[in-house]
Amino acid sequence: MSGRLLPFRRGQPRAASSGPAAIGSGPPGALRPDPAGAAAPFPRPSGAPRFRQLIEPHIDAAYSLARYLTRDPTAAEDIAQEALLKAFQNMDHVRGEVRPWLLTIVRNTYFDWRRRDGGRIVSGPAADAVLERSPDEAAPSAEAGLIRQGDVAALRAAIDAIPEPFREALVLRDLEELSYRDIAEITGVPMGTVMSRLARARRMLGERMGVLEATA
Amino acid sequence: MSACPDKELLLHALVDGELDAGNVLALEAHVAGCAACAAELAGIREVKARLADEHAGYEAPASLRARLDAALAEAEAPPPARSRLRIETWVMSGAISALAASLTLFAFIPAGDTLESQLVDAQARSLEAQHLVDVETSDRHTVKPWFNGKLDFAPPVVDLAPQGYPLVGGRLDRISGKRAAALVFRRRAHVINLFIWPGEASAQAKLDHKDGYSLVRWGAGGLVFWAVSDVDSPDLVGFQKAFAAATKS
Repeated sequence: MSGRLLPFRRGQPRAASSGPAAIGSGPPGALRPDPAGAAAPFPRPSGAPRFRQLIEPHIDAAYSLARYLTRDPTAAEDIAQEALLKAFQNMDHVRGEVRPWLLTIVRNTYFDWRRRDGGRIVSGPAADAVLERSPDEAAPSAEAGLIRQGDVAALRAAIDAIPEPFREALVLRDLEELSYRDIAEITGVPMGTVMSRLARARRMLGERMGVLEATA
Repeated sequence: MSACPDKELLLHALVDGELDAGNVLALEAHVAGCAACAAELAGIREVKARLADEHAGYEAPASLRARLDAALAEAEAPPPARSRLRIETWVMSGAISALAASLTLFAFIPAGDTLESQLVDAQARSLEAQHLVDVETSDRHTVKPWFNGKLDFAPPVVDLAPQGYPLVGGRLDRISGKRAAALVFRRRAHVINLFIWPGEASAQAKLDHKDGYSLVRWGAGGLVFWAVSDVDSPDLVGFQKAFAAATKS
């Protein structure tokens, strides 16, 4: 049963292992009762380093979604910042994938912002411009002209012109690359609804690109 | 000419890789014989490709990153007003001294070379900074291949999260001079190390105690299993039952 005595290294700091530092880089809460009670049961890097590891890779995605939901660069920046700080405060509660979780926060922040005194754009004079533009361009017609290949501004404008639920499905799928299931969860609609919204959004865009016919 | 109405959503799902194999085959067979659906499929692919190629998504402006950095720096700053952060720091440093003290105490106890003491030592070592797991994941399909080539046996890896013992990761360890697999599980705030190496042992689980730790050992399929933890004995016995049940082939 017993082997030779190992060179025990009790009490000595151990060189960092090659493994990820996400677990075990703090003192173990397991050795004695945790005086803080509900403090993190498992030590992980916290604060800014954890934010950089976990959330920073998705900052563009967060801003992009906010931008396509608000269609306004200033509002998008405010919403993205608010959402990212909320994510920072709640990153201990992340379960599963970070991206869908973060984008859910962005979306909720957007709806909060829109509810709060209607949101800046929706209440201001710019609101009319944005809101009235949608119905006209919502069903893009041949007169709107084809989007030239490589004309990113025209492509983005064409996405902005798609009515919200369809635009949202398109952005979450084709730009943020979420699964149908994640989109259904985030937007709170059945998967079939996600699919038909996505199909409609792509048709509107495909018409403007000249690659899809007007009606199926 | 339009795509068949009943196929439209399926065509999108096909492009998105959201169809199961059976539907993929059926739809591809249909598209092969239906020019309208083939054109529709090509159009959908084109829309997707242009969205991806032309970077329709936005990059976060530098001003947003700067504002975030400032907000993070503030949250991280040595806190005059942030008592919560300070308490956490205090608790942490307290835990470190407590750990150091307990390890020093350990060091003065004549270390027997019994297997039990080695395992308890390995458990304690695993709780030192940076060495709990070499591969961190709750996905057993990641942990299992990770051991490939590092061991001359294949330890069974299961996640017991539904039973209340989530898998945290895996680690290589050395017990009695031989390589052993260590699977790391969590039970509430506690860590369970499960050491596995080739050998024969009774399938009947046996519970022991050493230095405040509980140890459960058993054998199965030419492997010896030792679970070591500071959880209560019933919890460790429960873990053994759950693991044995989940790996029973």
